[in-house]
Amino acid sequence: METILKVRNVSKSFGGVEANKEVSLEIKSGDIVGLIGPNGSGKSTLFNMICGIQPIDKGEVIFEGKEISKYNVSEIARFGLLRTFQETKIYSKMTCLENMQISYKTPQDTLMSFFSKISQNVIKKSEELLDFVGLYEKRKLKAGDLSFGQQKLLELAMSLINGPKMLILDEPTAGINPTLINGIIDRLKKANEEFNITLFIIEHNMQVIMGLAKKIYCMNHGKILAQGTPEEIKNNKNVINAYLGAV
Amino acid sequence: MKKDLVILLIILLIGITSPFLFPNFVVNLSVVWLFILFSLTWDVQGGQMGYNSFGNIVFYGLGMYTCALVQVGLFFSIGEWTEAGGEKTFLHTIPQYFTGLGVGLIFSSIIPVLSAIIVGLGLLRVRGQYFAIGTLGLGIAAGEIASGIEVIGGGQGMTVPIWPRAAGTTDLRNLVFYYLSFASFLGTFLFLRWIYQTRFGLTLNAIRDDEDKAEAMGIPTMRYKIIGWCISAFFLGISGALMGNMNGYIDPIDGAFTGSTVGLWMIIMALLGGKGTLWGPIIGAVLFYFFKEFFWMQFLGWQYVALGLLVVVVVVFFPEGLMGWLKRKFPEKFGEVVDKERTSGIHLD
Repeated sequence: METILKVRNVSKSFGGVEANKEVSLEIKSGDIVGLIGPNGSGKSTLFNMICGIQPIDKGEVIFEGKEISKYNVSEIARFGLLRTFQETKIYSKMTCLENMQISYKTPQDTLMSFFSKISQNVIKKSEELLDFVGLYEKRKLKAGDLSFGQQKLLELAMSLINGPKMLILDEPTAGINPTLINGIIDRLKKANEEFNITLFIIEHNMQVIMGLAKKIYCMNHGKILAQGTPEEIKNNKNVINAYLGAV
Repeated sequence: MKKDLVILLIILLIGITSPFLFPNFVVNLSVVWLFILFSLTWDVQGGQMGYNSFGNIVFYGLGMYTCALVQVGLFFSIGEWTEAGGEKTFLHTIPQYFTGLGVGLIFSSIIPVLSAIIVGLGLLRVRGQYFAIGTLGLGIAAGEIASGIEVIGGGQGMTVPIWPRAAGTTDLRNLVFYYLSFASFLGTFLFLRWIYQTRFGLTLNAIRDDEDKAEAMGIPTMRYKIIGWCISAFFLGISGALMGNMNGYIDPIDGAFTGSTVGLWMIIMALLGGKGTLWGPIIGAVLFYFFKEFFWMQFLGWQYVALGLLVVVVVVFFPEGLMGWLKRKFPEKFGEVVDKERTSGIHLD
């Protein structure tokens, strides 16, 4: 498998706090990779830098062979690297269907295409994806009226509409009831298997990430502490001390 | 489609017949159309995009000055015109007047658009209260700058070419400006109605709801924020040009860059009717104009107090405006329904 994302010696400081120190990792195309670590270990900062939300101080982020750290968020999204957030980010005053439609990027995303009406094709695709995440019946509801878990599902559907190459998800199951967690895991697996989307996931729920990921990185104090299969991570002494032991 | 056509016909009917039904109120009716335009264009930022601008008045003022300067400058020396202060009479012939007005109207839309691009590149980078305060400063600064430019009359302002007597009576002049005002409202209304149904309209709403998300989804938000401001600037510039001509005189602070009156009113009108909707700003502007005239007639001297109280009542009891309140009370009337007819299944290609 080809490497889709390479992070090389990335560092980031906020004043005197070093959030990321020489972080390096590699993700193969089509994989599901987890990122774990105690609160404040620098996971979200790393995600923010990969997606262009925060500029990196040092190092390189290479996506599909292209150095992307100098691009802004929307340009990186257009390369096919999308992220979701810890708190759900949806367009709350718009309907679920509108949330989907505005997330759709036309093949030629020109200025004129933005002044065109939403095509039937996009509406159909939006409805199919809402159906995929189980929100078809709520498609005309305002997204802000959905429950937190449903908003997470909507956000996932929005991310899928353009067929991204890679999705990075920041705690996709946080704050969600166990029944809905299974639904989200199921959709993530399907997105990975059926649409061949590489997933890179921050997750605090060990059961979820151990069952989902093929490879896991563990961060602590802004550094990569360990990497390996879920089994290896589970039995790694440093990880247990730094993270699992702290829970 | 049929509903759209009926609405358009009703508006056309009201617009065309009003001056004949209320011949004594032609100027007032012209102002009502322009008020609706102010409210509609402010709502592009404040309502649809979520950027509360106190600076849209700048485009109105720029349009007012640009048109007058073109009208004068095409046929006379601007310096002599403003220096004359009424001592020397400059009269436009009929062709000069209408050519000047036509070219002036074109430039009064172009210059504000260019300024929206330049200012927007800087100001639209900030959000929330920072944007609001920035635009407030913009409006104040524009008035002060105009007051300091001698060639356009400085603090004394400048007169606008007068209607040539040979072209007809004052009533005809009022009628001409009435229909120009109505046409500019109609153009604004139809254009906004159209773009709100396109991806552009959805993009503005996405920026309003969560700009970070929109960027993360690949939408170049800056581009669309600037275009949104340009649209407002375009129509506001034309409205300023018409208002300047109807008033016959431009004062830099109390006529063109009137942030404390017109600049504020355009916001109140949208809030009153319900921001973020197409019809809210229209209803709000009509209601506001009615209240304004009523307060001016009944409470002269206290009219601003009464107007202030109205604003407080609206903000406290109807924070979403009339349309917002109606939408909340009767959501099903506005198409907010849940459909439960389809079963689950995955159909992706």
